Amino acid sequence: MNIYDIVFYLFAAITLVSAFFVVTTRNIVYSAFNLLFTFFGVAGLYVLLGADFVAVVQIMVYVGGILILILFGVMLTNKITNVQIKTGTLQVIPAVIGVLLLAGVLIFKVFLGTEWKSVKTDIPVKTTAFALGKLLITDYVLIFELLGILLLVVLIGAATIARREK
Amino acid sequence: MLTEFGKIFVFILLAAVFVVVAIFASKLIRPARPTKEKLLTYECGENPEGSPWIKFNIRFYVVALIFLIFDVEVVLLFPWALAYKDYGLSGFLVGAIFLLVLGLGMAYEWRKGDLEWARPVINPPVIKKQPYVKEVASQISADDNQTVLQDQEI
Repeated sequence: MNIYDIVFYLFAAITLVSAFFVVTTRNIVYSAFNLLFTFFGVAGLYVLLGADFVAVVQIMVYVGGILILILFGVMLTNKITNVQIKTGTLQVIPAVIGVLLLAGVLIFKVFLGTEWKSVKTDIPVKTTAFALGKLLITDYVLIFELLGILLLVVLIGAATIARREK
Repeated sequence: MLTEFGKIFVFILLAAVFVVVAIFASKLIRPARPTKEKLLTYECGENPEGSPWIKFNIRFYVVALIFLIFDVEVVLLFPWALAYKDYGLSGFLVGAIFLLVLGLGMAYEWRKGDLEWARPVINPPVIKKQPYVKEVASQISADDNQTVLQDQEI
């Protein structure tokens, strides 16, 4: 067990534990706060996979943007702490069957049935941002511009919905 | 051999250790004699009233929404900014068109006034102008309206 394994298990534990608290806590503010650690742990896992650009995007967009948006959404709700979150346990037996089926497929077919290949390399992984930029300018230039138009549509749509009616 | 992300990880570890050690050490050293007043939330000496969770104004949400969209835009611009020099003018134009399209959205928001704060409208009380009479002004017992008038003239 080398240092990378330890770091991997650390980030995996952070992700899983905080995700568990996101789902189970009754206070919606604590839930949003735990989501921070979930996003952060996932970013750490991306780094360990060598996807450095995705990791930075994860921090920038999810932690820096979407989490802020969720927190504002929480703050905008009328009652924050006293709200009764209705999460009763209904339909236990069908739920157990469904979860067992899904977990069985995941474990026996996907997890055990896949030939996992790991490439041993001593070469440090190069940054992917430069290669991504090259692809955006050459092969995927149309998609790049279409993304700009998509963002424009989102921008105008969001502003129109959020605008106060006069 | 430490990679760049390894250095960041060391920083994160140090930050976490710093906080834990500081809190634990101070817990060991300090005397703990809590009273009811000490345990109150500190609010500049006042007794706290009501819940600290207040409802935010909707305009913060709109700004956060616009910020998120430009955040995504920056994410797409980073790789372009690293690579565009290798492709000369055409590489530059790719990003320029992208920025132009989003600038259009920015201009739209600006024109529509979505970037403006919804400021509260202030209506100051209007004081009716009275004819300024010297004899009245010379009187010591001038009433309130006239003192205001005199202040304005000074």
